Amino acid sequence: MTQHSDLWEVFVRPRRGLAHVHAGSIHATDAAMALRNARDVYTRRQEGVSLWVVPAAQITATSPDEQDSFFDPAADKTYRHPTFYEVPDDLHI
Amino acid sequence: MTSTSDAVSISGRMSLENYVLALADDALIASHRLTEWVARAPQIEEDIALGNIALDLLGQARLLLPYAGSLGEPARTEDELAYLRDERMFRNVSLVERENGDFAVTMARLLLFSAYQHELYGRLLGSTDPTLAAVSAKAAKEVAYHRDHAEQWVRRLGDGTAESHARMQAALDAEWPWVDELFDGTWLDPALVADGVAVDPADLAAPALAWVRDVLAEATLAEPEVRPAVSTGRDGRHTEAMGFLLAEMQHLARSHPGAAW
Repeated sequence: MTQHSDLWEVFVRPRRGLAHVHAGSIHATDAAMALRNARDVYTRRQEGVSLWVVPAAQITATSPDEQDSFFDPAADKTYRHPTFYEVPDDLHI
Repeated sequence: MTSTSDAVSISGRMSLENYVLALADDALIASHRLTEWVARAPQIEEDIALGNIALDLLGQARLLLPYAGSLGEPARTEDELAYLRDERMFRNVSLVERENGDFAVTMARLLLFSAYQHELYGRLLGSTDPTLAAVSAKAAKEVAYHRDHAEQWVRRLGDGTAESHARMQAALDAEWPWVDELFDGTWLDPALVADGVAVDPADLAAPALAWVRDVLAEATLAEPEVRPAVSTGRDGRHTEAMGFLLAEMQHLARSHPGAAW
């Protein structure tokens, strides 16, 4: 049976108002079963109030090989952080 | 020695004890059979799902057994009732004690049993017995999920491949003769139903089976035309499988009386 099962990524929303967060993955034959399997595996201990399941094959991910070009250029650009700038004293927010 | 009213209340307690035990034993034995799947299910996800369902049922049994034990004279603990009763003292229907068979058999049985339990707890919510009403409030939600789980699989296996359809149909044919006992209320004290404490199992048959038939139609499965089995679990007379089940379930507690973790 396992060879007919697809891999699904599971996202759990822990509380109302928070975003869905990736929890892990499960096997299932279709979306309805994927939701149920996700419920059984990832919300047994009241971890969530909402679930998303996404076919793992549908996720486009960055490659570890591209790590340098994708992420490193941001490392020396501290001016992208708001804390880089001094707020003038006479500016009243 | 006892006055008439005492005699009535003693017999009332006995029939209530008998009723609560029947509900508890159904849950306990069904739970034990499902736990046998853990580490043997078709997928690890199904291991967890069946384990969850088994634990839900065990939880129901653990609420009902102490209540039944408190009604008896002398009072008995849940462990005494689960682990130290002999086969003839168990009140569960034969359906839940039968051997697991393949996965289709387990799903056929879960479909039928949860359809029954769904109607049962849905009505016992309004029981005049506060304990039964409270247990039902918790169990009704759990059983709705068990029913859904069985439905999902029966639909997929029935309307799946030629092999899965044949095995699902064979499983239904094998379990169907044992369904009638779920809806047999002849063992039940009619006073409990009249007082609003218990639900007459016969009243559950029409809605439970209507739901099952809808699932079978969607699953392209035929309702079996088989004669009901002679099933006497409510009287404590069980099928051959029950002795083996109890031997495994009770072995530890009987070998090491009073053992604790």
